[in-house]
Amino acid sequence: MDNSYDAIMARKNEIIKNAVGMDFEKFEKPGIGFDYEAMMEATGYTIDEIRRVQSLFSIGNTPLIELKNLTALARKCAPEGKGARIFIKDEASNPSGSFKARRACTSVYQAKKLGYKGVVTATSGNYGAAVACCAAMAGLKCIVVQECYDSHGVGQPEIIEKARKCEALGAEVVQLTVGPELFSTVLQLLEETGYFNASLYTPFGIAGVETLGYEIAEQFRQKIGKDPDVVVCTNAGGGNLTGTARGLRKAGCNAKVIAASVNLSGLHMASDNQFNKKSFTTGHTGFGVPYSVNPDHSDVPRSAARPLRYMDRYVTVTQGSVFYITECLASLEGLEKGPAGNTSLAGAFCLAQDMDQDQCIVVQETEYTGAGKHLNPQLSFARQNGIDIHFGDPKDEIPGKNIILPAHPSLIRVTDLDLDHMRKSRIKRAVGSHKDELTDEDIKFLIEETNTDEKFVRDAVASL
Amino acid sequence: MAKKGDWVQIHNIVLPPEERSSALPEDTKVNPLEMWVKGYLTEDAEIGEVAEVITRTGRHTKGTVVKVNPYFEHNFGFFVPEVLEIGDQVRKITFGGED
Repeated sequence: MDNSYDAIMARKNEIIKNAVGMDFEKFEKPGIGFDYEAMMEATGYTIDEIRRVQSLFSIGNTPLIELKNLTALARKCAPEGKGARIFIKDEASNPSGSFKARRACTSVYQAKKLGYKGVVTATSGNYGAAVACCAAMAGLKCIVVQECYDSHGVGQPEIIEKARKCEALGAEVVQLTVGPELFSTVLQLLEETGYFNASLYTPFGIAGVETLGYEIAEQFRQKIGKDPDVVVCTNAGGGNLTGTARGLRKAGCNAKVIAASVNLSGLHMASDNQFNKKSFTTGHTGFGVPYSVNPDHSDVPRSAARPLRYMDRYVTVTQGSVFYITECLASLEGLEKGPAGNTSLAGAFCLAQDMDQDQCIVVQETEYTGAGKHLNPQLSFARQNGIDIHFGDPKDEIPGKNIILPAHPSLIRVTDLDLDHMRKSRIKRAVGSHKDELTDEDIKFLIEETNTDEKFVRDAVASL
Repeated sequence: MAKKGDWVQIHNIVLPPEERSSALPEDTKVNPLEMWVKGYLTEDAEIGEVAEVITRTGRHTKGTVVKVNPYFEHNFGFFVPEVLEIGDQVRKITFGGED
């Protein structure tokens, strides 16, 4: 069989179809759109069934913790009378150490049900550990493919730790140097092994995250007696936000959903030289922005992670601010967690200061921490790579050049991304060369894709 | 010399520079796409020799042996004084009476 890059990519659709057990073609509509809800329903699981499956894996029902000291600190930085109560969903207490266990569980369960002998996943993040963890419980084999090293063989400590964890849970870890061709390696492995593609972006994965949003609404009603006002989600590939928002909606909760990413603007995600100049390997704008405006460039034909459908606002925070808030969480709340998952916490700390004191803001995840995946080794690694680390105003941070730790917590600020601009980019991407052939059905699809209205979509199309 | 049955790490060039995706930045495109995998050697081999391994999922795959008994060396990094300073600062502001 021809295993050159082009030959493998040419077999992509057939390989994916065999490896997900789902024919994505049947959701396609005549024009530019597809039936997203039909694709989500095709998992065949209701949210109650997913909760039952997750409970079989001891996943979910994680604690909702009120961060009283961090709230007190935010109020010291806020205008008089401002400073919402900050809560965090301690997703690190899932078996694999992050919310990704929810996402992996449904895929692994489905793979087992359909008779696959193993699962393959492409991820440098917590998802690999989550798939390995669930595969271990289900008695399936597991291969995790990581982008891990630069061309000098220097690995990101955060990713190496995840390799260790995957191996500890029985997985085979395939490590690659920088580059998007990781995808062709995954396809080749799927073909070679006949395993299930436990992609981050299938409906199974995203449906698994819905329970997180659902639980937040339930726990708030039980503990606080009302719904939260704002839920902040760290945003990279978009599945975290999509699943959480869908779960909140299924629970009838109308909390605003705000995306937060670490600002890595100026760094190219496929650059060998810049690979180890960044201190975050996920939760950053390098994934968050492109996956929002073009969700379908993942490893499935149609991604179930479509964050623009659900986000009310999209903010960025700096690397230095996230490291700072990670230390605050340890020093003020006694919770030592991994930095990447605290991206939304840095955002929430600032956003809370614009809200009234009787309002509630929820950070919907934490992640496990360990060697390599902790603010100390990540800052130490940055310093070794020539990144200038100092106290100052985070607004002066330049990704790849410096990390500016806020000189005072009041300097932790969010920067809004232009959501309408991103929506227009999404429309441009989706329309492609079909501008003059759009049907009413296509317009309806674009309204849903961008969470806007007919006027917005028609104006955006007209300006193309 | 590594013995049959030893746990080793092997290395492969997946794509030489000229066969890589065209959509890469220049600094990446000049390098090959490399791969590392671990497994049990099926025959004795020297470091630097191409050999076959059986991975933890039972796959048979070949590559250049680069390490015998590979282990993880990542740690908590060197001392970063700023971390202590942050902790002291926020404790003081929160509990120590600074306005």
